[in-house]
Amino acid sequence: MSGKTLTRMDLAEAVHNEVGLSRNESAQMVETVLGHISDALVEGESVKISSFGTFSVRDKAARVGRNPKTGEEVPIHPRRVLTFRASHLMKDRVADGNRG
Amino acid sequence: MIRSELIQKIADENPHLYQRDVEKIVNTIFEQITSALSEGDRVELRGFGAFSVKKRDPRTGRNPRTGEAVAVEEKYVPFFKTGKLLRDRLNGK
Repeated sequence: MSGKTLTRMDLAEAVHNEVGLSRNESAQMVETVLGHISDALVEGESVKISSFGTFSVRDKAARVGRNPKTGEEVPIHPRRVLTFRASHLMKDRVADGNRG
Repeated sequence: MIRSELIQKIADENPHLYQRDVEKIVNTIFEQITSALSEGDRVELRGFGAFSVKKRDPRTGRNPRTGEAVAVEEKYVPFFKTGKLLRDRLNGK
């Protein structure tokens, strides 16, 4: 594992190289894509990207939690959480690429 | 929302771009993330979330139908952690 971290800038650079838009517009397009995915999720919609994976929103019920340090009970309010399920193709590529 | 709907929305908002370029933009972004993970890299998108690879230790699994024990090798799986801003937005903050 090389252990690098890619950011928006790397994605924008790839868009710039692949599509030929300016770096500035490429960065805007990366933002646009992430923005549309986020907006759909906030509306409670799932986002399903074939051969990549599915983002879905799940409702979590309220429960009583505990502060692990003090042992004190704290109420955890009902909340919405996002889960990502990678597609089989992504799982296979990640497993194959990181194999021994 | 599926990939084609995402592409369509972006194409509608950007009439100066060819549809095929919008397709290329969207596909490039997802391909970059997948290929980074397959090389063991992380992808951190502040406010949205971070994609990383987690190691699963080898274990003895069981065929649920026959009950037979099978060795499952160690493997690497993709993982996504939601960013703080998106988590807050999901909860109306």
